Amino acid sequence: MRFLSSRRRHPAAKVMLLVAALFVMGALYSVVAPASQSSADTGTSQQIAEGRALFAVGCASCHGLNGEGNGTVGGSVLGPSLIGVGAASVDFQVGTGRMPMARPGAQAPQKPNQYSEEEIAALAAYVASLGPGPEIPKPEEYDPASVSEEDIARGGELFRTNCSACHNFAGAGGALPNGKYAPALYGVSNKHLYEAMLTGPQQMPVFSDGVLTPDDKRAVIGYLNELHEQPNQGGLTLGGIGPVSEGLWAFIIGLGSLVGFAIWIAAKGAKAR
Amino acid sequence: MSSIEKHSPSRVERLGDTPRYPVADPGMEEHVPRLTDVDEAAADRATRQVAMMFGLVPLLAIAFVVIYFAVPKSWFIDFGPLKANAQHVGLGVTLGLAILLIGIAAVQWARQLMADTEMVDHRHPASSSDDDRVAIMRDVDAGIEESQITRRKVLGRSLVGALAALGLPAIAVFADLGPWPTKKVRAATIESTIWAEGVRLVNDITYEPIKAASIVIGQLVNGEPENLKDLEGTAFLQEKAKAAIIVVRMDPQTIKIPDSRKDWHVGGILCYSKICTHVGCPISLWEQQTHHLLCPCHQSTFDLGDSGVVVFGPAARSLPQLPITVDAEGYLVARGPFTVPVGPSYFERDSRNDYKQGDN
Amino acid sequence: MAKPAATATDAPSLEAQAPARELGPVFKAAAGPAKWADDRLGLAALGRKNLRKVFPDHWSFLLGEIALYSFIICLLTGVFLTIWFKPSMAEIEYEGSYQLLKGLHMSEAYSSSLALSFDIRGGLLMRQMHHWAAMLFIAAMLAHSLRVFFTGAFRKPRELNWLLGVGLLAIGLIEGFAGYSLPDDLLSGTGLRFVDGLIRSIPIIGTWAEFFVFNGEFPGDLIIARLYMVHILLVPAIILGLIAAHLALVFYHKHTQYPGPGRTEENVVGYPLYPVYMAKAGGFFFIVFGVVTLMGGLMQINPVWTFGPYNPAEVTAGSQPDWYMGFVEGAIRIMPNWESHIGGTTWSWNVAIPGLGLMGLMFGLMAAYPFIERWVTGDTGEHHILDRPRNNPTRTAFGVAAMTCYGMFWIGGGNDIVATQFRVSLNAVTYFLRVAVFVAPVLAFIITKRICIGLQRADAERLLHGAETGIIVRGPSGSYGERHVPISADEAFTLTQHVEPLPLTDGSEEEYAGVPAKEARSERLRRKATRFYFQDNLRKPSRAELEAAAHHQALEAGHGGHGDGHGDGQAPRHGHEDNGHDGHGNGNGHHAIGSSESESSTH
Repeated sequence: MRFLSSRRRHPAAKVMLLVAALFVMGALYSVVAPASQSSADTGTSQQIAEGRALFAVGCASCHGLNGEGNGTVGGSVLGPSLIGVGAASVDFQVGTGRMPMARPGAQAPQKPNQYSEEEIAALAAYVASLGPGPEIPKPEEYDPASVSEEDIARGGELFRTNCSACHNFAGAGGALPNGKYAPALYGVSNKHLYEAMLTGPQQMPVFSDGVLTPDDKRAVIGYLNELHEQPNQGGLTLGGIGPVSEGLWAFIIGLGSLVGFAIWIAAKGAKAR
Repeated sequence: MSSIEKHSPSRVERLGDTPRYPVADPGMEEHVPRLTDVDEAAADRATRQVAMMFGLVPLLAIAFVVIYFAVPKSWFIDFGPLKANAQHVGLGVTLGLAILLIGIAAVQWARQLMADTEMVDHRHPASSSDDDRVAIMRDVDAGIEESQITRRKVLGRSLVGALAALGLPAIAVFADLGPWPTKKVRAATIESTIWAEGVRLVNDITYEPIKAASIVIGQLVNGEPENLKDLEGTAFLQEKAKAAIIVVRMDPQTIKIPDSRKDWHVGGILCYSKICTHVGCPISLWEQQTHHLLCPCHQSTFDLGDSGVVVFGPAARSLPQLPITVDAEGYLVARGPFTVPVGPSYFERDSRNDYKQGDN
Repeated sequence: MAKPAATATDAPSLEAQAPARELGPVFKAAAGPAKWADDRLGLAALGRKNLRKVFPDHWSFLLGEIALYSFIICLLTGVFLTIWFKPSMAEIEYEGSYQLLKGLHMSEAYSSSLALSFDIRGGLLMRQMHHWAAMLFIAAMLAHSLRVFFTGAFRKPRELNWLLGVGLLAIGLIEGFAGYSLPDDLLSGTGLRFVDGLIRSIPIIGTWAEFFVFNGEFPGDLIIARLYMVHILLVPAIILGLIAAHLALVFYHKHTQYPGPGRTEENVVGYPLYPVYMAKAGGFFFIVFGVVTLMGGLMQINPVWTFGPYNPAEVTAGSQPDWYMGFVEGAIRIMPNWESHIGGTTWSWNVAIPGLGLMGLMFGLMAAYPFIERWVTGDTGEHHILDRPRNNPTRTAFGVAAMTCYGMFWIGGGNDIVATQFRVSLNAVTYFLRVAVFVAPVLAFIITKRICIGLQRADAERLLHGAETGIIVRGPSGSYGERHVPISADEAFTLTQHVEPLPLTDGSEEEYAGVPAKEARSERLRRKATRFYFQDNLRKPSRAELEAAAHHQALEAGHGGHGDGHGDGQAPRHGHEDNGHDGHGNGNGHHAIGSSESESSTH
């Protein structure tokens, strides 16, 4: 056992343990769970029970055994209460790999998701059972396929008014105080975009349906999709973070290559001897 | 200074008490001919290079014209990291290469084929010769004498006075550059907004009124006054630049509300000006857990859980808070205008009434 | 030593021969028009003086040309842009071809910028070329001014030209900023809003200035049109005038040159304007133009369509000005929040000091420096030979310190980008920079000065002990050392030709007898300054020291089994010929045996 004892503090240990536990759980459930049970159904008592078990393994250490939260340690919230955060919040946090966190920190970074869809649904159902909160949106709510071109342009207006202050005009992300940051929005699924607006994960404020209607949210999602899908017009994007990177390239490529040419112009060429 | 000059060390000593040149100037380097000067084949090769580069330019110019007319705007290229409009890149690359080749060819011509013997030119002091100086002084003096300006001093003085007086119209014509910010004008412009008692808070862009009940804890709304809708053009922009607000809801237990502002909020829903007190960027970068609001322009940070006081950055004054309440239908409305001017500081601003940390 | 084939002193003889040479076929064709023009303009006399003007060759002399050519490119592409751009803030509904903004309300300025980008063929290329060239214009001016500063090219008689250059740099910033604001997109509008806050912060007259600039409250309806006039008429005209004066003075003073054999304060060595420099400088114009065109075609800059139209209630993360305003932006960001409320007035130091004071300080110091240095050295002579930066360590250290300070402010201007790209805390970056803008320049000053003095030592080492050969010699006692060869006379001259200003002692009381107290105080201060400037300098070896060293080297070489005459010990200038190298190189095998007994290395 020396191998295990010497490595139990390894940064990956928790994750490995989690993966192992999940594997065991998953294997158990695949044996126990009835084949006819559809994972898309929400709120069945069976799912809630599964979710409770998963919660006890992956989440309870910070959020409390019953999701009541763990108070504060040294002034910082260790794990906030999950009563009333709703299924959408769980689906976003776990689905984007932000939860469970590898270690407490200023901000939970995005990382590969550790759970299967069924497990996420079970966790969401369990947390939703703790108190009423936003539900996981249905595809027709977040799918922007039906949004008209006019609404997409309006979605751009809404994006620049409500989102670009933190996430940048291109969705490239930006800085927040004390080491926190607004993440980049490239490659984020429509569902997760919708859930983020709906639930306000971490430091992000909530944009509830009563204020930013589902239609508005779809318009924002439609705009972002178009913005990221459209080909570039003017050449290489140079990082797409605005004048800072442009200035850097003006010096490196522009002045750099021209100084190179100047050295060539003034250099003495091949001599006869 | 001149009186010290004779006391201080002489010029030569000051610049160095050794002669400037401990090593004698060996004269210019020997001129070494280039390969192209002695080897006709090398010179021919260089000639061919130059001519070929010039020769490519017409081809590129034709390609430019073809791309201009033949490549539609809707074509895009996807070449490694370069994903861009095909016409634009095509025009840029053909024109750029054509111009660049002319330059490289000309320089190659100069470097390889034009005579490269170094030449020496003599310098002359920048100053004129003493003769010239004397002559010009004499001429100037003669001119002064002939103009009688020294004898009839009033001529010169009146001329200066006349020219100086022309400055007045020159300055005066610019008085209409803009309205004068007198006390009255200031009060009607930068010191007031269109907020007034009973004006509904609405969503920016959609102009949907905001129901208090639909705002949850942690919510942020970028809002405007409802009467902004009635304005357009310049007036719209000018008012929007001052009247923009943010509405946030926090758990009333976790925030500090001073006694004087007890009735400015609706169950933890607070409304602040969106315009930074530093240089006026609109701020909506709100952290719902810390209640801090960050300006993305210069990183001033305000604590909305503490009446908008500054906690970090270059802003000096708290964010103005708008007193709000709910109307009969449950929509958020203003209880009155902002109590202090919003936006960045200006000289005539009376900043003594702004909220400071610890006020009640 | 061989002499160059043609010098100005030889010129009369060349001219005398010239008529003997038959003029080429070009002349037969051009003779008629040339005569017609000369009859009216007298071009021959003008051309005869200037056509063969000599310019020295060095890559660093081309930095200013990059700036000049970039400006010309801006003029050319700018004319193209004005054909379609509408400098109007009138509100319209966008009906152009860019899908994502369709139907939105925006100013005509923004709409026409979109039209240039999407509907005019080649319009986007011209826009991007214009922007890249503008960035390069200021970058090249800055690089050029650093070259001039570090080589001391601003000294008499060129102080006025330095001032013209400082003026060009300052007004270039205004020109760039005015252009940046024209498209009326979200970033440029945010920049204008910042300028509004900046103008407001000026004590006493701020509000008046704001109302006069913006025709009332921000944003008003005229600012784009006014900036357009400034950007395309007023400032370009001033820049053109300043450039013309700048170039005329370069022509009149003749270009400075780097030290070297045959280069003196009385001559200029290089290639003639015609034809070599016309081909090189003309070719370089096309090279700059070509590079800018390629950048415009391949590298996207200022994609205004992604920023959206200006809306005073919107802002984006990463709101930055173009790089040349970055230092001001940084100063504003890291400034503590000082503001005084005196009576009913507000004094906004937190904006006015970094926003206006810093620019004033930077350009003021730049403009004053040549006069400060001249006062310290008391130097009244003309200087046409450039200083090697190491030979004036204090000036070089000042320059590097100023660059470091500028760099710290610059980082401040992108502190949010630094925070996100390098995953550090925004607040920590800001606190660090608040200290670093003061401490880092001091450190840079000390380090640079030490490096310069180290390089002076290296020069002295080469002069007195010769160049390292890479040949290791074992002495009879078994010790090892490296063999050195004397450096060439050309190099020895280059290393020793510089003027060597000396630190002055305070002087006795008698020296100041009869001198007014004020003048005496000023002189004492000046002498203190000379000590600060020159005290740590390494004195260059005197002629006697060099001769002694050469003699010593020759002796060693003789002991080393090379008494075959090529180390003849006269002076370093006779030091090595090609066969000298060969002698050392080939003799590798027997060096060890014959090495000097007393000392195997030259140290």
